[in-house]
Amino acid sequence: MNLVSSLAAVALIATAARADPARVVIGSKNFSENRLLAEMFAQLLEEQTSLEVERRLGLAGTQVCFEALRTGSIDVYPEYTGTGLVTVLHEEPGGDAAWTWNRVSAEFRSRWNLHWIGPLGFENTFALAVPRRIAAQYSLQSISDLTAVASSLTAGFGHEFAERDDGLPGLERVYGLRFGSVRTMQHALKYQAAGEGKLDCLDVYSTDGRLAVHDLVVLEDDRNFFPPYEAAALVHGPALARHPELGVVLASLVRAFDADAMRRLNVRVEEQREAIEDVARAALVERGFVSAGAPSARATAGKRSLWRTLWEDRRKIGQRTLEHLALSGAGLLLGIVVAVPLGLLLERRRGFAEPLIRVVGTSQTIPSLALLAFMVPFLGIGALPAVVALWIYAVFPILRNTYTGLRDAAPAAVQAATALGMTPAQVLVQVRLPLAAPILMAGVRTAAVLTVGTATLAAFIGAGGLGEPIVSGVQSVDAALILSGALPAAALAIAVDAILGRVERRLRPRGV
Amino acid sequence: MQQSAIPVLEAVGVGKRFDSGADALADVSLAVMHGETLALIGESGSGKSTLLRMFNRLEEPTRGDVRIQGRPAHEMDPIELRRRTGYVPQDGGLLPHWSVARNVEMVPALLGWDTKKRRARCDELLALVGLPPEEYGQRAPHQLSGGQRQRVAFARAIAADPEVVLLDEPFGALDVLTRIDLQDEFVRLKNRLGKTMLLVTHDLREAGRLADRIAVMRAGQIVQIGTLRTLRDAPAESYVGQLLAHFRGELP
Repeated sequence: MNLVSSLAAVALIATAARADPARVVIGSKNFSENRLLAEMFAQLLEEQTSLEVERRLGLAGTQVCFEALRTGSIDVYPEYTGTGLVTVLHEEPGGDAAWTWNRVSAEFRSRWNLHWIGPLGFENTFALAVPRRIAAQYSLQSISDLTAVASSLTAGFGHEFAERDDGLPGLERVYGLRFGSVRTMQHALKYQAAGEGKLDCLDVYSTDGRLAVHDLVVLEDDRNFFPPYEAAALVHGPALARHPELGVVLASLVRAFDADAMRRLNVRVEEQREAIEDVARAALVERGFVSAGAPSARATAGKRSLWRTLWEDRRKIGQRTLEHLALSGAGLLLGIVVAVPLGLLLERRRGFAEPLIRVVGTSQTIPSLALLAFMVPFLGIGALPAVVALWIYAVFPILRNTYTGLRDAAPAAVQAATALGMTPAQVLVQVRLPLAAPILMAGVRTAAVLTVGTATLAAFIGAGGLGEPIVSGVQSVDAALILSGALPAAALAIAVDAILGRVERRLRPRGV
Repeated sequence: MQQSAIPVLEAVGVGKRFDSGADALADVSLAVMHGETLALIGESGSGKSTLLRMFNRLEEPTRGDVRIQGRPAHEMDPIELRRRTGYVPQDGGLLPHWSVARNVEMVPALLGWDTKKRRARCDELLALVGLPPEEYGQRAPHQLSGGQRQRVAFARAIAADPEVVLLDEPFGALDVLTRIDLQDEFVRLKNRLGKTMLLVTHDLREAGRLADRIAVMRAGQIVQIGTLRTLRDAPAESYVGQLLAHFRGELP
């Protein structure tokens, strides 16, 4: 009953947030240009409409963003036509920018009632780039040139690029490209690695400001492998119907940015480390969409030291710590509510115990991020799917320890209690459970540390928490920002473990 | 005196076959009369504990009948039967998270006695087994010696004044001196309480000292049943002779 009502409460909160009529939710992928565009959408809507705007920036990749939009968890996010064509529709690139635009517009509308508003005026196509040194050494100008020498080179690709049809697999097919070795890594980290001479080739975005900074040469796509990637706002149909002004305002951004302008904005975020809010504001002001406003809380640009980050972001960190605690606490509580009664039941039905626990145990082998992403089509984004995923992780250690603790609790005492006329239920409650309590509690501790750790990934599906600065920090190669999430998360895990350790000691019967 | 005619504990042609096909017991019959102590003696694996545990339905026979005061045990509610049957296992089996007093009061509590009556009975019994309640009542089992724990286990077994007490190697895990002490104590209590008792042991001296009659078991069967004198004077089988020879000079 507890479980049902808690779940109902969580679901209620989630739907209430979703159904709020005057709210639009803006999402973005987890790289800076996409965040910047989403931030501009958000500020523009705040300025020109009375809608309440909620930001869910930095979601994990195309799949999560698209599913979140399709299911109405978010209403808008910035997308690229080529990605829509190849990654979402699974079609071969087949024409120029206009053809691609028409194709995705028609298909997205008829299949999912999703609408492309734009284009924003620039293409951000995928491209392969090499450090100038490598380009000179092998006299590389095109991808075909690269193919001839690739077997002696080390490439570094983003995770998505390495898997997408319009990424490495397609390049291998079309160009016969085979690298000596391929590393997959976070997009932002590749630039650093290339700069340090550890990578000879990498996938880049054509509007990426870091191309110039790291002195990279973009290779010509001489077989027109990459489709056109025009940037646009992708919008959820029902939101457009509810708020026609949403479409009107976003449409005012059509052709507002060319590739050069976008590259300059990206440099400000990625290299000059200005706050995304400020860069977005400046870009909108420059184009006369909004009036100049107060700069964000982060008053100055540039790389901040750890101490300064911790100090300046202390409010946010406190807020995120609370979110983090709420997420992992809810997951853990639900885990206890399910696992302890189930463990009690299995003690009475031992034939089922091992097979069932083994099945539950396989949940642990699902990579956390995969589990989170898997939730999105069913539960949308935000706290609900995150809590459900954490719950799934919490059940196993508690169940395993509850069952083992109950089963192995002082066999002599259990036998004597039975022999003197305790009913099986009395043996369970009066003998097994108190004797198993410390082991059970140890399972809860394991689960608690696990959920606090895993909850950092919840940021990838827009659930907030201490993972938020970690995700943005990794994306912008900002160690201080990463640590401003990682340190409190670690401290939280240690504190939770210590507190539960005290509870465990208190529960331990004398002399056991 | 009608009561004395019906055995308190009776096994008639009792067998127990495991799923594996092995026989733990085969065609065992015995009768224990009111106030009598019968010892089951034999090697480990001879089936003596299995037989004992049929009298509180911790084990069920696959053949034959187990009767308690003339009634078939399988007709009785096992929980009720156990609550009015004392039981002392080898290691005491005290609940480690309960105080000595709470352990002793376990069966009375299960039977729903009120607190005052329970308390009084517990004090009486602890005094009876030589553990002053004011000193020992609130201790945890791990704060007692092995011998003291067995005393508590015995007090617990008889707390609700059962007609029958089953003892499964009650002194088996104790050192020699403690064992002899407790055996003396047991004889004293046995004479005073007049319970019907079934005692499992592998020690013929112990059987001879504590029991009125001895049943020698081997490979799931009772080889011979009788007083120590009968066994000595007319061993039914060479095995009984060997067993006696082994303890020659140490028997009372």
